[in-house]
Amino acid sequence: MTMRERFAAVVSELVESDPRVAVVLADIGVDRFAPVAARHPERVVNLGIMEQAAIGVAAGFALEGFVPVVHSIAPFLVERPFEQLKDDFCYQRLGGLFVSVGASYDYASEGMTHQAPADVALMSALPDTEILVPGTAGELETLLRASYDDGAVTYLRTSVRANAEDRDVELGRLTVVRRGAAGTVVAVGPLLDATLAAADGLDLTVLYATTVSPFDGATLAREAAGDVLVVEPYAGEVLVPAVAGVLDRPARIGSIGVPRRPLSRYGTPEEHERALGLDAAGIGERLRRFFGAWPRPRGA
Amino acid sequence: MFNPSHDDVLRLLARVTGDAKHAPSAHSTLDVLSVLYGKVLRHDPRRPAWAERDRFLLSKGHGPAAFYAALAAHGYVPEEELARFGAWDGILGNHPDRLRVDGVEVSTGSLGHGLPMAVGVALALRARRLAEPRVFVLVGDGELNEGSNWEAIAAAPQHALGNLTCIVVDNLSSTIRFPDLAGSLASFGWSVAVADGRDHEALAAALGRREQAPTAVIAEVVR
Repeated sequence: MTMRERFAAVVSELVESDPRVAVVLADIGVDRFAPVAARHPERVVNLGIMEQAAIGVAAGFALEGFVPVVHSIAPFLVERPFEQLKDDFCYQRLGGLFVSVGASYDYASEGMTHQAPADVALMSALPDTEILVPGTAGELETLLRASYDDGAVTYLRTSVRANAEDRDVELGRLTVVRRGAAGTVVAVGPLLDATLAAADGLDLTVLYATTVSPFDGATLAREAAGDVLVVEPYAGEVLVPAVAGVLDRPARIGSIGVPRRPLSRYGTPEEHERALGLDAAGIGERLRRFFGAWPRPRGA
Repeated sequence: MFNPSHDDVLRLLARVTGDAKHAPSAHSTLDVLSVLYGKVLRHDPRRPAWAERDRFLLSKGHGPAAFYAALAAHGYVPEEELARFGAWDGILGNHPDRLRVDGVEVSTGSLGHGLPMAVGVALALRARRLAEPRVFVLVGDGELNEGSNWEAIAAAPQHALGNLTCIVVDNLSSTIRFPDLAGSLASFGWSVAVADGRDHEALAAALGRREQAPTAVIAEVVR
């Protein structure tokens, strides 16, 4: 099951079990919610292709005590109605769950209009947002259930790219995947597997982030050894200032992510990953460059 | 219960001091607000969160002096706050904040947000099985240049939101005049009435209508 399928299944179940949940759609993902919409037409509403109104309508539901869930392709959920997210939700202090499909270059062959690699950076520019980037469908379910009714503006990013196995993730917490002494890598969501492959045999701590905001600075401060390299599957180097804000010692902070330039190629997500240096080989090369020599375990 | 008159609202409007930006807007909405709060809205200032209340959303958030005066006349806002309009530690600013003022349903200012939110509130009331309360949203004719309104204008009749009323205060302020605003709204499926925006009886009659379709009241105000 993909992350998006799991999202639709879990939210459909929540519509049944939690009368506060209301789904607002703008012609994207309608088929996935058709069964639950047939049973609860007053709480599963498809407006048509109108994303600004979709966010406003969702805010109207929130004003009346509902937990609105809005789903669309990332550029149409975050970029087009960005001011609605700011004014209709953040300014009013209303909560809602905003779930995107089409992470970074997942929709490679659709072209740049269907890509929003700066989605996380944009959402992190809004006050008090919760930003979740799971690496598997199982992790998505864990994070969704923990966050959906917590009163925050929550951005949940699904991706086609995913890790092979679920990790023990918790809302708002970094997961310590391995401990090392020569440096630290913070891998976000679906780039964990490629990062672990790149770091294989190296004396590095690997921390896994599925909650980008609020960032778990306490775990980072406690666990981070040496310099810190952040590996993010989106644009904007979002975690660099978060890491800088909690380290109370001199350290270099490096960043790997989607570059801020137009991604105008078509092709496949794999081809984009390779071209941008976000596959295991590319990340490995950057790790080596950032940490100097290969940081091998002492005595090896 | 104390039932403030239009003269009370006028007297209180005069107490709103400070930066009087947007003054024409404040006065263009005056009569509509006075009629709404005095004769149309089902509301109880002692219970601003009463589930059965009618909701009023001021989408055209600029020029809120008349809005504040109406709220003060009905007891939502202490009269002395009117003189602290725009103050650092005041609760009344150039655009209203729902978290600071009882009776303010939504924080507005940026144009084109209130009507989509009102559609959401109307849908949510239906989902809550609250059949009585109505949702009123006030927009300006200039504000209707914002495209987001037209998304909501297209959506509301599709969902048969008879509990929704959009008031357009038309004070000829829009740069792009819609050649036939009443006809345009009607073509989307709204039930449209046009009223003299200073005529209290006409306004009360137009605002009192409730139909299967969402209703629109174009309140014409000469600046």
